[in-house]
Amino acid sequence: MAKEEQDKILNEVTQSDYKYGFSSNIETDSIAKGLSEDVIRLISSKKNEPEFMLEFRLKAYRHWLTMKMPEWAHLEIPPIDYQDIIYYAAPKQKAKLESMDDVDPEIRATFDKLGIPLDEQKILSNVAVDVVMDSSSVKTTFKEALAEKGIIFCSFSEAVQDHPDLIQEYMGTVVPYRDNFFAALNSAVFSDGSFVYIPKGVRCPMELSTYFRINAENTGQFERTLIVCEDDSFVSYLEGCTAPMRDENQLHAAIVEIIVKENAEVKYSTVQNWYPGNKEGLGGIYNFVTKRGICEGANSKLMWAQVETGSAVTWKYPSTILKGDGSSSEFYSVAVTNNHQQADTGTKMIHIGNNTKSTIISKGISAGKSNNSYRGLVKVVKSCEGARNFSQCDSLLLGDKCGAHTYPYLEVYNKSAKVEHEATTSKIGEDQIFYCNQRGISTEDAIGLIVNGYAKEVINKMPMEFAVEAQKLLAISLEGSVG
Amino acid sequence: MLSIKNLHASINGKEILKGINLEIKPGEVHAIMGPNGAGKSTLASVLAGRELFDVTEGEVVFGGKDLLDLSPEDRAKEGIFLGFQYPIEIPGVSTVNFMKTAVNEHRKYKGLEPLKAADFLKLMRDKKALVEIDSKLTNRSVNEGFSGGEKKKNEIFQMAMLEPKLAVLDETDSGLDIDALRIVANGVNKLKTAENSTIVITHYQRLLDYIVPDVVHVLFDGRIVKTAGKELALELEEKGYDWIKEELVK
Repeated sequence: MAKEEQDKILNEVTQSDYKYGFSSNIETDSIAKGLSEDVIRLISSKKNEPEFMLEFRLKAYRHWLTMKMPEWAHLEIPPIDYQDIIYYAAPKQKAKLESMDDVDPEIRATFDKLGIPLDEQKILSNVAVDVVMDSSSVKTTFKEALAEKGIIFCSFSEAVQDHPDLIQEYMGTVVPYRDNFFAALNSAVFSDGSFVYIPKGVRCPMELSTYFRINAENTGQFERTLIVCEDDSFVSYLEGCTAPMRDENQLHAAIVEIIVKENAEVKYSTVQNWYPGNKEGLGGIYNFVTKRGICEGANSKLMWAQVETGSAVTWKYPSTILKGDGSSSEFYSVAVTNNHQQADTGTKMIHIGNNTKSTIISKGISAGKSNNSYRGLVKVVKSCEGARNFSQCDSLLLGDKCGAHTYPYLEVYNKSAKVEHEATTSKIGEDQIFYCNQRGISTEDAIGLIVNGYAKEVINKMPMEFAVEAQKLLAISLEGSVG
Repeated sequence: MLSIKNLHASINGKEILKGINLEIKPGEVHAIMGPNGAGKSTLASVLAGRELFDVTEGEVVFGGKDLLDLSPEDRAKEGIFLGFQYPIEIPGVSTVNFMKTAVNEHRKYKGLEPLKAADFLKLMRDKKALVEIDSKLTNRSVNEGFSGGEKKKNEIFQMAMLEPKLAVLDETDSGLDIDALRIVANGVNKLKTAENSTIVITHYQRLLDYIVPDVVHVLFDGRIVKTAGKELALELEEKGYDWIKEELVK
C-alpha cells in the first residue's frame, strides 16, 4: 500500500465512528407502513409489473404467512414487528433520465459522499455501476457499452419490463420463495435490485458493480439480484452496501441468485458496511440475506468473496450447488464484529456433479462484546463421485468479552469424497501490540497490520479497488477495540 | 546518552525496581547481571515503556529527553531497541511488511520520505548478510513457528534494520546453543559504533566472552548493588550470587 493511502487510513481510523452515517434530504415516494396483500398489489402496480410477477409475490406472501422466523442461528434478535416497516420507498424523480446530468443533485451529492463517482470517472476506472437507493435503481452506467456485447446489466425493475421472458425463466429457480422465511418475505415485497445476463462466449470486459444504500427512515430494503451466465462466459460482480445512522433497527432481506452454465465463471464480491449500531448496541441494520448460486454446467466456476464489517445482525450463507460435473466453487470470507454486533455467517457447498471441488476460507474477527459465528455445510450426495472439499475456519479475538464460534456441518454420502476441515482460534494479544510498538509502530497501525495479515488470503481474492476499501474498513471497524 | 536516577517501578502494587541509578555514555556496553527475580527484565520493559509497569518515582533522560513522557513507539523511534527475551509471533504478517512499516515509521519521525521498494529490499539484503540470517526466516511471518534460536537471530536482524542508539538485549543468550550464541554475538559486535550503546542483560558470564562489556552491574532485589569492570562477571561466575548477598548483609 502506498504511504499516502496508509496515512489516509490512519486519519480515518483516528477519527473513528461510522463515516457513512449521513442521511440525504431526498423527496421519497413511499407507501404506508405495514404488510398485506393490498400492499403487495400496490408495490406491483407502482412498478407496472406483468401479471406473473404479482402472482409470484402473492404466492410468496401467502407462504410467508405460514412461516416463522428461524431461531437456529447463534443470534439474539429482539422480535421484529413486520407491520411497522415501510415496504416501498423510492426516490421521487420526474421524468426518464437521458444523461447523468439529469440525476437529482441531492442523490448525486449522496453518492459523492459515499465516494461513488457516478460520472465520467467511472469510464476511466472501467466500472459499470447500478445504484440502488432504498428500493429503486437510480441509474445504471455503461449500459450501452455493454449492450454492444449483448450483455444486459440493468435494474431488476427494468429487466421485468424489458426482458420479462428471462426473469420468468430464471427468477426463483435457485432460491425458491419457499426456501426460508426471509426469502419468502423478499419474494413478496422486493422492490428492486440488479439483473445481469452474459451471453454465450462473452467475457464481460469490465467489473459490474452495484451499490446499495438505505436512506429513508423505517424502511426495509428488499433487493434481488439475478445473474445468468451462459456457456463459456465470465463476469466479475461487486456489491457494496452502506446505510445512514439511525437509532431504530432497519431490516434488510435480500436475495441473490446466480446461474452459471457450462465452462462459465462468476466472481461475486461483497463489501458489506451497513450501519452496525452505536457503541451501546442501539440501532443498526438487521441483515438477513439469502445468496445462492448454481454451477449448472460442466466445469463451471463460482467464487464468493466477502468482507462483512457492518450490520447489527448478519445472517448470511452464500452457497453453491455444484451440479455440473467438474464444477468448482470457492468461498472467501472475512467477517468482523465489534461492540454489540452479531454475525452468523458461512456457506453451503452442495456437491452433486462428479469430481466437483469446493474451497472454504473463513476468517472471523471479533472485538468488543460482539459474537461471531461461522456456520458451514459441506454436503456430498450419494451419486457424486470424486468430490473434494477443503475448509479452513479461523477466528481472531480482540479482548476477552467477545465470542467466536464454529459450526461445521458435514454430510457425506459417497465414500470417494475427500473432505478436510481445519479450524484455529487466536487472539491479538497485548504482547503483540507492544512488540509492534517497540519497533516504532503505533497501536492502531499494529492492529491494522495484524488484522490485514490475518485476512490477507481473502482480501487478495477481491478486485484491486475493493481490496483497498476492504483494508480500510477492517482498520476502521476495529478502531478503539484494544487497549 | 542514558541517565537513570532513582527509578522505582511496580506491577500490581508490588515494587520491583527500588531505586535504580545508571549512567550510560555513547559507545559503551553495559552488562546487567543478577539472580532470577532481581528486576532485570522489568528494567528493560520499563525503559521500553511497557504499560504493565507503573513508574512510581525517579527519572530517565535519554538523548536529552524525558523518556518516561514518551509512548513506547516514540521511544523506539528515538532510538531505543528492546531485544525481547521471548520474541512474539505475529501470524500472517510477513517480516518484510513488518520491517517496512517499522523502518518507514522511523523515517517519518525523522522527517524522511519512506524508502522505495527497491531500496528497502536492498537494505534488507545487506542487513541479512551482516547478521547471517537466512532468507528462509525473513520470508516467513514474523517469528511464526521459529525455534528459540531463530527468534533471537531475528531480533538481531531487526536491530540491524532499525539501527538504534541504545539496544537493550534482554537475555538474548537464553535458549541459544553455542553456535547460535556466537552468530548473535557477532551480529551485536558488528553493529557496534562509537555512538551507539548496548545494555546486555544476562544470567551467565558465557555471553560476555563474545560481547565484551565496559561495565558490569549486579542487580539484586531492585537495586544495583555492585558495579565494576568486566572481571566482575568472571568473579560472579566463580562465586555465584550468594557471595553478593553475603556481602550486602555485612
